[in-house]
Amino acid sequence: MPLRLEARAEPSRAMVFAAPVIAIAATLCLGGILFAALGFDPFTALAAFFIEPVSTVYGLSELLLKATPLALIGVGLALGFRGNVWNIGAEGQLIIGAVAGGGMALALYDVSGLWVMPCVLAAGVAGGAAYAAVPALLRTRFHANEILTSLMLNYVATLFLGWLVHGPWRSPEGYNFPESRMFTDSALLPLLVEGTRLHVGVLFAPLAAFATWVIVSRSFLGFQIKVIGMTPAAGSFAGFGPRRVIWFTLMFGGGLAGLAGAMEVAGPIGQLVPIVSPGYGYTAIIAAFLGRLHPFGILLSSLLLALIYLGGDAAQIALAVPFAVTQVFQGMVLFFLLAADVLIRYRVRFDAPRSVAS
Amino acid sequence: MSDAELITLSAILAAMVRAATPLAFAALGELVTERAGVLNLGLEGMMLMGAVAAFGTAHAGWGYAPAIAAGAAAGAAMAALFGLLALTLRANQVACGLALSIFGVGLSAFLGKSLIGSPVTALPALPVPGLAEIPVIGAALFDQDILVYASFLAAPALHWFLFKSRRGLILRAVGENHDAAHAIGYGVLRVRYAAVLFGGAMSGLAGAYLSLAYTPMWVENMSSGRGWIALALVVFATWRPSRAILGAYLFGGVTILQLHAQSWGIGVPSQALAMLPYLATVAVLVLISRDETKIKLNAPACLGKVFHSGR
Amino acid sequence: MTVSVSAAPPRLVMRGIVKRFPGCLANDGIDLVVEAGQCHALLGENGAGKSTLVKIASGVLSADAGEIFWEGAPAAIGSPAAARALGIGMVFQHFSLFESMTVAENVALGTGDPSPLPALAARIAEVSARYGLALDPQRRIADLSVGERQRVEIVRALLQDPKLLIMDEPTSVLTPQEAQSLFGVLRRLVAEGRSILYISHKLAEIRILCTAATVLRGGRVAGTCDPREETAASLGRMMIGADFAPPARAAAAPAPGEPRLVVDRLSMAPEMPFAPALDAVSLAVHPGEIFGIAGVAGNGQAELLRALSGESLAAVAEAVRIDGVAVGHLGPRRRRACGMGFVPEERLGRGAVPDMSLADNTLLSASRSEGMLSRGLIRFARARQFAETVIGTFHVAAAGPDAAARSLSGGNLQKFIVGREILQKPRLLIVGQPTWGVDAGAAAAIHRDLIALAQEGAAVLVVSQDLDELFSICDRIAVMCQGRLSAARPVRATTVEEVGMLMGGVFHLDGTAEGPGHAPAP
Repeated sequence: MPLRLEARAEPSRAMVFAAPVIAIAATLCLGGILFAALGFDPFTALAAFFIEPVSTVYGLSELLLKATPLALIGVGLALGFRGNVWNIGAEGQLIIGAVAGGGMALALYDVSGLWVMPCVLAAGVAGGAAYAAVPALLRTRFHANEILTSLMLNYVATLFLGWLVHGPWRSPEGYNFPESRMFTDSALLPLLVEGTRLHVGVLFAPLAAFATWVIVSRSFLGFQIKVIGMTPAAGSFAGFGPRRVIWFTLMFGGGLAGLAGAMEVAGPIGQLVPIVSPGYGYTAIIAAFLGRLHPFGILLSSLLLALIYLGGDAAQIALAVPFAVTQVFQGMVLFFLLAADVLIRYRVRFDAPRSVAS
Repeated sequence: MSDAELITLSAILAAMVRAATPLAFAALGELVTERAGVLNLGLEGMMLMGAVAAFGTAHAGWGYAPAIAAGAAAGAAMAALFGLLALTLRANQVACGLALSIFGVGLSAFLGKSLIGSPVTALPALPVPGLAEIPVIGAALFDQDILVYASFLAAPALHWFLFKSRRGLILRAVGENHDAAHAIGYGVLRVRYAAVLFGGAMSGLAGAYLSLAYTPMWVENMSSGRGWIALALVVFATWRPSRAILGAYLFGGVTILQLHAQSWGIGVPSQALAMLPYLATVAVLVLISRDETKIKLNAPACLGKVFHSGR
Repeated sequence: MTVSVSAAPPRLVMRGIVKRFPGCLANDGIDLVVEAGQCHALLGENGAGKSTLVKIASGVLSADAGEIFWEGAPAAIGSPAAARALGIGMVFQHFSLFESMTVAENVALGTGDPSPLPALAARIAEVSARYGLALDPQRRIADLSVGERQRVEIVRALLQDPKLLIMDEPTSVLTPQEAQSLFGVLRRLVAEGRSILYISHKLAEIRILCTAATVLRGGRVAGTCDPREETAASLGRMMIGADFAPPARAAAAPAPGEPRLVVDRLSMAPEMPFAPALDAVSLAVHPGEIFGIAGVAGNGQAELLRALSGESLAAVAEAVRIDGVAVGHLGPRRRRACGMGFVPEERLGRGAVPDMSLADNTLLSASRSEGMLSRGLIRFARARQFAETVIGTFHVAAAGPDAAARSLSGGNLQKFIVGREILQKPRLLIVGQPTWGVDAGAAAAIHRDLIALAQEGAAVLVVSQDLDELFSICDRIAVMCQGRLSAARPVRATTVEEVGMLMGGVFHLDGTAEGPGHAPAP
């Protein structure tokens, strides 16, 4: 093997921060090559993808709008990943959060007041957390793998939402389109900047990141999550309950995903429709890893991934490439990051491995 | 039973076998991968890449055999990417598998954009003369296409490989205790790469079956969770090929029954019926995982663990 | 050295072997000569470089520099298969059997023999009969005792007719009686003209078995000798590099009175597939007493330790009592609140999180007793301060409280973990394998600390496989075998042989016929 890994005596602190940068740079390079292969000038194409979408105030507001659900979900998932709880069901938790929030908005259709919108958001949190409680229960009670159960529930949630908007919650004024009524103004999140879709919910992302940072870095609970994630036997020795960690991280992540879902329908969408998320629940997994599972890192990585969403939209229009290029770029970032992460623990050598004389 | 009912039953059984085939391929491939101690969660991505590659090849008019080969090769290529990260670079296998799934969904959609709406002729059935006319089971077992027949052979062949052949013994040894296998002198990484590539090729075949035979067209995300269901089947099968194939047919049955129930127009919303395969997966996982010792006893002891050769 | 009988070249010569690991020079120019038909001891403390050298000789590792000659000719041992082809057989102590597979499958894997399993089974039967190593080829490894597993390893090696057999600490998992019968097999092998490279740090057995020895210290050769002409003390001096006095246990009879820890007919189903069940284990430990539990690994000690620490909960709360309070239903944190301290068997990965700092690692067990928490938040300054105190009080060689646990040597980490528990002033301390894999200096320090703790009035329970250790520090000893615990005996009223019999499962020596004590020991 020409490539050889040599273990470092100590994990490299510098590489912890450098790896995401390397991954992003590599993604840009490969993306440029990809665009060139498709017959575009790579620099104009990359500019159309990564710069033009955010060259206006409206573009920037859209960036924040898309980064918000990613960050909310990402910080929640990252807490679980630290504790070896692999919640892949954020997409479903987001959808159920949207359903619960939307249901609340529809139930309060005839009332108005300042308290309606908080009720909608609270219902979203509760819905997402309740949905995440299913894999938590199945894992703690029956040892069922939460990766698979939470993922299966994503499909179930999508179908459930589909049934609601095709059936009982379909708008009576909607010409048979599969959508609910538009929510009233009381249920909607107030706009932060007029002329954009940016709403006050965007402030929840840094708040959630800060709260998660306190949990991770300062609280004993966060310490327990880390210990159980790194070395389960040491957690057992210390008497930290793995069940508590599973329950807390799943409910926490589910609640934040549910909040994100409620904010989507009570924000930019304004009603329940069959598709309420362009895969935020999956992309947030990438955001979590790219942000080094650190809450503030995830704020930054969410911005980047939101930019890739906007870039995908822009590229679809400007370059006529399919929107799926978004997922290709997102997948590439994660791949390069995982590859670059090896540099934290190892030095890569390209020389011949053996030098033993005999 | 009337003749008409018998014919319906025969058709349902045949459809069940067809619905089970992609699950069987993917689950058997992942079973071998996991027996070697590697957890590759990227089945969904490998399957979709197999589907788009096979469909693209067939659509270009190169024929079925190259199309099937292209499907398997695309799955294996994705698996090679996984191997590079998870085996050579020793990255977290769960994260790599998730990345592979997300990437595969995106890349297949990207590459397949121009193929949407194009038709191909479905992989032809090759009825076995004489046997295909057997009432009830004839259509299911002997009037199928080449890939279905291949899936019939795969389970016994893999059973023989894993439990009767020397290479299978070595593969299980690597999954059971990679340090010991290394100390004795087996190439842990070589065995694992082979198992990962095989798993990828099998997922690719599953995808090829979907886009060439099951629904002969290309639709974004057309595997709709089958890769994940196949992962659950491996646990359900407690890592034994015979039980994996059994599980695949069970799920084929659930899928077909819900489709038929929709056409029978029983008073349940179609979405609720469409949930059945996913809910059944959860139920099956719960039932099998309840007995923790059984899982621990059967799971390859080094599953998902990173191997350091120490050289 | 010994006079060669003929002009035959030495079987194995290793010259100037160097092997470097990140942050550690494991072998620093080591020379080793093993003659034909010789039982050659490779002696050294943990960390002296024995295992690394042997892995190079058996092709598992490759050396960074140095030469190897096999029967006079230069040889490159690039892989275990190459070593096998030369005639080098290896009996590993760890990491080499496949638990869920049969004896025959394991042998097939280990020999590279492509013959079908039934034919192989016949050859296994033949070899095991010839050397008196009884084995059933169809049994699963998981169901075998540790001694039987070692037989599988030896038979596997012998099937290849090796000219040099390397044995890595073969007696560390055997009862004294099993060890004696192993020596018989080894002497036969030497009589057949085979060479044996025998790795150990047990001086007594080397003196009766081996005719030559190479002593390693800190990755270098400290000397070569004929062990039959040395004393245990002189060998020990070569190995450690200094004179070394074993700790003296003041002969203080424990004060009579209420026992601090009572285990009363504790039974427990196994949690892991192949583990033994605990079967009505009873014992009592008094304040001021060190109580030892001996036994061959895998007989339920790990399960007992988990049941005592609270990681596994007892079915009956009264089955475990601390100062009369039933704690069988309480988890580890609640038991710590009752004054219990606990040092687990695995120090890295259970007693400490490898990638966390020493300061963070104090939070595992000392968060409550040392006031490191305030309203759910961690007071990091307290944790740091406590870690510093542990490091200072117990002379832990570490870069400071911020050093990662994995950066410490085994001995220093163990001193840190034992110190972390002792500084919390436990009324009861439970210790698993206190000095396993620890260098002699640290072992002596840990023994002194445990004795001092008992003298201050704490009850101490030590589970160990090392009989020398138990006999030097304990007041009373009980033996664990197949999940059962024998009645306890005072150390001064028992012998190594008697304890050895109990370790082999013979519970009826002295008329306490009913077997393991079902009532709390006196």
